Amino acid sequence: MSARKKVLWILGGVLITVYCLFPIAWIVSLSLKAPGDLNNGGFLPSALTWENYELILSGDASGLFLPALRNSFGICLIATAISCLLAMFAAYAIARLDFPGKKVILSTALVVAIFPIISIVTPLFNLWRNIGLYDTWPGLIIPYLSLTLPISIWTMSAFFREIPWEMEQAAQVDGATSWQAFRRVIVPLAAPGVFTTAIIAFFIAWNDFLYGISLTSTSAARPVPAAIGLFSGESQFVEPTGSIAAAAVIVTIPVVVLVLLFQRRIVAGLTNGAVKG
Amino acid sequence: MTQTTLPPTKKTAPVSAPEGTVTDRSRGERRLGWMLAGPAFLVMLAVTAYPIAQAIYESLFSYRLTDPANREFIGLGNYGVILTDPLWWQSLGVTALITFITVVVELVLGFALAMVMAKALSSIRPVVRAAILIPYAVITVVSAYAWQFAFDINSGFVNSWFTWIPGVSADTDWFGDWGTSIFVICLAEIWKTTPFISLLLLAGLAQVPEVLQEAAKVDGATWWQRLRKVTLPNMKAAIMVALLFRTLDAFRIFDSIFVMTAGANGTESVSFLAYRQTISRLEIGLGSAVSVLLFISVVLIAFVFIKGFKIDLAQARGEG
Amino acid sequence: MASIEMTNIVKKYGDGFPAVNDVSLDIADGEFMILVGPSGCGKSTLLRMIVGLEDITSGDMVIGGKRVNDLAPRDRNLSMVFQNYALYPHMTVFENIAFPLRLAKTPDDEVRRKVNAASDVLELKEHLERKPANLSGGQRQRVAMGRAIVRDAEAFLFDEPLSNLDAKLRGQMRTEISRLQRRLGITTVYVTHDQTEAMTLGDRVCVLRKGKIQQVASPRELYEQPVNLFVAGFIGSPPMNFLPATPEGNRLKTPFGDIELDERRAAAVAGHDLLLVGIRPEYFEDASLVDDAKRPVGSIFRAKVDVTEWLGDSQYAYIPYDAPDSIKAHLRDLSKELDSEELRTQAIVSIDATSRIREGREAEFWLDSRKVHVFDPESGENLTRDAEAGAELTRLATQDRLEHLESARAQQDGASDGQTGARGGATAVGAA
Repeated sequence: MSARKKVLWILGGVLITVYCLFPIAWIVSLSLKAPGDLNNGGFLPSALTWENYELILSGDASGLFLPALRNSFGICLIATAISCLLAMFAAYAIARLDFPGKKVILSTALVVAIFPIISIVTPLFNLWRNIGLYDTWPGLIIPYLSLTLPISIWTMSAFFREIPWEMEQAAQVDGATSWQAFRRVIVPLAAPGVFTTAIIAFFIAWNDFLYGISLTSTSAARPVPAAIGLFSGESQFVEPTGSIAAAAVIVTIPVVVLVLLFQRRIVAGLTNGAVKG
Repeated sequence: MTQTTLPPTKKTAPVSAPEGTVTDRSRGERRLGWMLAGPAFLVMLAVTAYPIAQAIYESLFSYRLTDPANREFIGLGNYGVILTDPLWWQSLGVTALITFITVVVELVLGFALAMVMAKALSSIRPVVRAAILIPYAVITVVSAYAWQFAFDINSGFVNSWFTWIPGVSADTDWFGDWGTSIFVICLAEIWKTTPFISLLLLAGLAQVPEVLQEAAKVDGATWWQRLRKVTLPNMKAAIMVALLFRTLDAFRIFDSIFVMTAGANGTESVSFLAYRQTISRLEIGLGSAVSVLLFISVVLIAFVFIKGFKIDLAQARGEG
Repeated sequence: MASIEMTNIVKKYGDGFPAVNDVSLDIADGEFMILVGPSGCGKSTLLRMIVGLEDITSGDMVIGGKRVNDLAPRDRNLSMVFQNYALYPHMTVFENIAFPLRLAKTPDDEVRRKVNAASDVLELKEHLERKPANLSGGQRQRVAMGRAIVRDAEAFLFDEPLSNLDAKLRGQMRTEISRLQRRLGITTVYVTHDQTEAMTLGDRVCVLRKGKIQQVASPRELYEQPVNLFVAGFIGSPPMNFLPATPEGNRLKTPFGDIELDERRAAAVAGHDLLLVGIRPEYFEDASLVDDAKRPVGSIFRAKVDVTEWLGDSQYAYIPYDAPDSIKAHLRDLSKELDSEELRTQAIVSIDATSRIREGREAEFWLDSRKVHVFDPESGENLTRDAEAGAELTRLATQDRLEHLESARAQQDGASDGQTGARGGATAVGAA
């Protein structure tokens, strides 16, 4: 590659990086602006301040934000765990066994994945009120499965299909019992796929907004995105911009950390599931 | 010289057992398969098929949550009300417009990103890849706020940065009218979802063998010709899958609109309309009907895509 | 170490199709047995039934005097090298080789000693800490072998172990496997579709076709006294030529002139009207280069040469010929069954590298008629097979093997312990 071309591609890469990170940088910068500085019309704060973070972590808005953070983590982790467990069995069957209905299961997952969430919300809103699941953790965990389960099944079957299953036989010839073959050969090979799937499922659950605002009413179960989205109405401050920005930065930290640690796997998971699934 | 050409190979076909007889082993495999996959399948049905059935049922009633006594069966009455209300057509139009703009821009932009990623030097590739994953992983609400604040008449920097563009000044209210609101909403959506598209396209790009490019070069094709005649046709499956998923996803748009305009200035999407009917106004009957209509729209789009563009998902998955 | 005896082994799949059909085969202790045949002949299935990865529909599988039909693979104490090596990608080379020992709960220091000994033999010393993904094809192959030899298995099973290597490496590994087996003197069953491997490695070769044994014999017997068209066509490269022939007294009329048969063979072919005569390429020669002493044992014919291939040490000429439609159909079916893509009826003829025969010209060829075989095109049977001569060839091969085995065992006993013996051998392998 010629030097000129090299510079061009590097420039392209830098451009993409800036494009991707710019809004994040902006919200970080915003979260560090003092209330009086918010309208300075510039990108950067005139002076750095932690005021907004104090407000949502220990100040007046913490009663809104902290329970929401706890709800989000709890609900998303449980929903991810359940869907991974269910998807693990399903994906094993799809990748490994020959049975009629494989296609039906994969197509169902596809249909569920493209299902308009609002069409689920409307009836659930009514039903949850009647049976007492409205504004509870299970009341969100169950509908979250409609988000996380399909993608888990697709991604995991794609991963499982690439496991060299004949290893299990090799292990048996080498003197392993079925359990040993599973435990010492298959589990280590399958674990990365399950893990990656869990990350992607967690992202999707973490991102939910519509279920969050529709099926909760108090901080008993309201997840972070919904809490942030409703900040304006409920905070006594005239301009909740600073606290929203600070809260946005805090909920973005976990996903950024996951992305930085596992970027290669996440890309493999996303593209495997969709292109090869 | 005698030359004998072989007839099409007639393999010594295995003697198949008569239809219907299944050996114990494969029967056991069937049972195990459904035992393992069954729970996931049932859960998926429970969280979608049941609600949609419920929604269809409820859409046939005039039913307001605050006034349960007057619940009454009105057949397709709710649909009549909705389909004759300009609000529905307005929101459907807005949804379709946003879907169209974002999907087209995302495809082109996403393809460009994918090309850069594919060609990027290995030293900067991990950085670019991590960066590209960030918008995908960031919560939609956060992205919507970031863009809203950027364009906000008070807290934003856009107005002061772009005064050199005609029509932009310090007191341009981007969320003050319909066109500019839609513009910003589209921007936010495009930023958030282009990376995902570009990853899908990158995977498709990787499936086009490099040797085809070389062959085309030798055959005298220009860069543009190679792109059009070699690269794109070979990644058709990946493009179609990306297109299908993104279109259906964009059609459900809700979060960004809720955050940025709350439906003001006629920027309401279909999802938003349904939300407002059900959750805010507690009009269960009307809201359910809107939900059902949205569901039907999504099914129609999927149907048109899969039939019209002949997307073979099995083939796209490499099972051809 | 043990013998493997199979009696009336049958494997039927769900659809009732027998992949292995009534196979009875005895493999002696320390013998190197090759299972060979075109794809789909059931050779891999048979191997997997020996090791226990496939259920046996009916028949008896006896290893070391014990019926193993219902034993799990791990209770059969066999080691196997898979076609794609089946190396555990998450373990280092060391742990891959050590895996069977770890499963048997072998103490750590013994594991280390045995793995080191095996890696010495296979020249894997410096790769022990690497992961399989970072190894070349040949190295992976050796790791798979290491995992097989590290424990004292009753027998080695190989499932097309060299098919993923390039030609040069395949040759090297072939010799290495042969040396290893000779030195360890361990019973070995080796599946391949490559007939060079079959000919060079095996004490005996078992040719399978559609799940049935065609012939079990030493490579020499297979080559010189094949039982039928299938074996004759499968063994040998370039393959045996089959020419249409009609008997007339003690002569055979062929497109390449008349071939005279001796009395025994003339009697065997009497009563048939259309036959196939099988002539190996090396039975031909450029007539001008045949010395007068040999001339009378063969016949001479003229034919037009289509193409010649000069390979330095040898030379082949392709001579097209005409055949009746029924013969063409038979030949077509045969080549299909043998996985070959023979599209033309032409003879491949080996001539001396110095021959000046030219393409597109007529030339005079000599044909050694002493060794030709005559086949019944309908049944495929070799009408002129000399069973006694064949059996003698195999008996000689068996004798050779036993001598080899004895000297190998004597050498091993003579050494102060088995490990030093193995190490001594390693240098020899390394030098190769």
